[in-house]
Amino acid sequence: MLRVLFMLAWRNLWRNHRRTFIMLAAIGTGVWAMIFMTALTRGMVDQMISDGIKEMPGHVQMHNPEFRDDPSVNNLIALDDAELAARFEDAEFKAWASRVRVPAIVTSERDSRGVTLLGIDPVSEREMSFVNYDDVAGRFLESSDDKGIVIGEKLAEILETEIGKRIVIMSQDPDNEIADRGLRVVGLFTASTSATEETYVFMGKKTAQKMLGIEGATTEVVFLGDDYRNVDPLYDAVVGKVDGNVEISRWYDVNTYLGTMMGVMDGFVLIWVIVIFLALSFGLVNTLVMAVFERIREIGLMLALGMKPGSILGQIVIESMLLLAIGLTIGNVLAVITILPLQNGIDISIVADGMEMMGAASMLYPALYANDMILANAVVLILGFLASLSPAWRASRYEPVEAISKV
Amino acid sequence: MSIVLRLAWRNLWRQPRRTWLTTGAMVFSNVLLVFMMSFQFGMYDLMIENTLKIFTGHVQVQAPGYLDDKKMRQTVADIVPLADSLRTGLKSNKVAARGITFALASSEERSYGIMIYGVEPGFEPEVSTVPGLIIEGEYFSGIAAAEIVVGSVLARNLKVGLGDEITLLGSGVDGSFAAAVATVKGIFESGVVDLDRNIAEIPLQFFDDTFYMQGAGHQISIFAADLNDVGDLQIDVQKMLPAGSNLVVPDWNLLQPGVRQAIQADMSSAFFMYFVLVILVSFSVLNTQLMSVLERTHEFGIVMALGLRPGRLGRLVLIETALMGLMGMLLGMLAGAVVTLWVAQVGFSIPGMDEMAVQFNLPATMHPSLTLFSLTTGPAVVFVFTILAACYPALRMHWQKPVEAMRAV
Repeated sequence: MLRVLFMLAWRNLWRNHRRTFIMLAAIGTGVWAMIFMTALTRGMVDQMISDGIKEMPGHVQMHNPEFRDDPSVNNLIALDDAELAARFEDAEFKAWASRVRVPAIVTSERDSRGVTLLGIDPVSEREMSFVNYDDVAGRFLESSDDKGIVIGEKLAEILETEIGKRIVIMSQDPDNEIADRGLRVVGLFTASTSATEETYVFMGKKTAQKMLGIEGATTEVVFLGDDYRNVDPLYDAVVGKVDGNVEISRWYDVNTYLGTMMGVMDGFVLIWVIVIFLALSFGLVNTLVMAVFERIREIGLMLALGMKPGSILGQIVIESMLLLAIGLTIGNVLAVITILPLQNGIDISIVADGMEMMGAASMLYPALYANDMILANAVVLILGFLASLSPAWRASRYEPVEAISKV
Repeated sequence: MSIVLRLAWRNLWRQPRRTWLTTGAMVFSNVLLVFMMSFQFGMYDLMIENTLKIFTGHVQVQAPGYLDDKKMRQTVADIVPLADSLRTGLKSNKVAARGITFALASSEERSYGIMIYGVEPGFEPEVSTVPGLIIEGEYFSGIAAAEIVVGSVLARNLKVGLGDEITLLGSGVDGSFAAAVATVKGIFESGVVDLDRNIAEIPLQFFDDTFYMQGAGHQISIFAADLNDVGDLQIDVQKMLPAGSNLVVPDWNLLQPGVRQAIQADMSSAFFMYFVLVILVSFSVLNTQLMSVLERTHEFGIVMALGLRPGRLGRLVLIETALMGLMGMLLGMLAGAVVTLWVAQVGFSIPGMDEMAVQFNLPATMHPSLTLFSLTTGPAVVFVFTILAACYPALRMHWQKPVEAMRAV
């Protein structure tokens, strides 16, 4: 019986092929737009989040509880380097590192700027740093004892300095005495936004500790897990290993803007898919109403011959689902073939400053997720099913005699 | 004409459900378009105004190159007399000179690197919202006073209150070592943590003395009466600059390229969405009109056989579509206006919006602003596309043979 209904529905679909083609074009365009737009925005937000996480870096961070409000060298982490190493040495994190992060001023003979000084162990941070060590002009730091300093290209431009020249870095020690020293610029890094290049300077961790008079102590510990979407296991593991006066935060606690972006993005995808579907649904329902209207006599006849109203309903619903399924196929294929050629990124540097304001880079890499595609397809099928119930129900309720005699 | 109109109107109501469904599609997208555009353009204006009001102004006078590099020695010479003459020339008080540098601010317990703005106490409140955001203490007593106004987070981090002293360490315009001690006179709070953490203001003459500016400064910030007058203002200011000076007068587009570009990026994605909506509605109209024409093939065949030219029939179809489009447009505008005005009344916010809003200097609750532009543009475009979509069914008449058509059931 179901086979017969399928066949009836399929043949009915092509009785008025013009109408079906127009509807398919509409559904195809709509579904394409759903997926295409979603992939673009997803790509942008993904990039923002991964850049943001790299800049932090890490998925989970540990600080003195006062530090995030008052990022001062006075708010050191209660555990010194030796204790941290003892606790985390054999932990199964993807990577972790302790670092000195303090505000500082850097001065060349030409100008001075406020920066964030990062005293790092280059080896342990290689995997999570936003700097690709191999792309650094000159060289990156080699060890915690490195006597050089690595700054961003934009900062070098502002300070009118270059590799091989000396600059002075100035901050405070825990007694609020000025702590400063001259260092030779050994490398220049590039980043996705010029703000990042202006903000960060890298020194060897031990060199920084010595300058600040805090040997063995750090202000920040960063931990990298496997998946930024699922940081709780990492968070719990870190919490389990420490005690005392420290604050442990997930990346979205540190950068709440990025955290909300992720949530807002999920909401946006759903709203966009539903809006497009609603715009389509008028046409869909209209088509079905027409299809039923044209066939009133026929339906009446089938009812009179003993076909059950349920079969009439099923027949119309199947027709609608077939229409949607073909439309969805077209839309999905279109989406995939338009997105694939863009995998290498779309250059949107023409609005680079605007993207920077949003925290995004000037290359846009569309991100096509199975989940988003499934969502779009599921919404169309489920809501489409619901929308076709009303005309189908109406058709199945016709009084046979009346229907047959309709002109 | 009136008979054609009447005919078209009656034809529409042969299939009331179909007409309503098609009109519904138009109304749906028109309501969305009106609301979204009111929301969007209201938001852009706020974004521009709020961003510019913090410090930037509509235009600035700067030394060439300062815009890109913001170097200490890229100065505007004799900046106070210049600002005075601009005020006289423009007959406006919304002109204020500033000096800007980085310095290490130290209290007894803490030191932080911050941006120091040297400002004219009498005029700064005219061009910046910061003086109005003072929550403790007050603004400067004079242009040479050794006083400082700091952001609330900075005050907390430095652990200073009103009357405490802050030492400023930096370099002068000639590269020499510069130091001064200032008393905290006021504390401002903008709610934007970056601003409240990183910025302090001191009187301009005190700035000059501390950093050896010798009368020079870095920017004069100027507001026009209205955002639309910026172009004229720019030209006026250019004319008033001293003869032979190489100073430049960038407008806010150059000063804050991020704002304009964020708007552009947002607009292009929004217009993509609008366009898709309009296209979907057009398909819906195309489908409906094609059906309604095909249904009437027989009827059309008869009237053509009676001598009616296909052109007139085509026009009939277009008029039917136009009537339907008009209904969709008017109802859509009406419903769109009602929805927009209602939301404008109660405000609109989505969870998580405050975080995003801060990034663009926007309030957490937004109110769309209904303008003639936002009310009419979307519906007008939908109307035009509706008519375009009906062209194919209307033109079909021309290759329809009356006899064949009459045979059609």
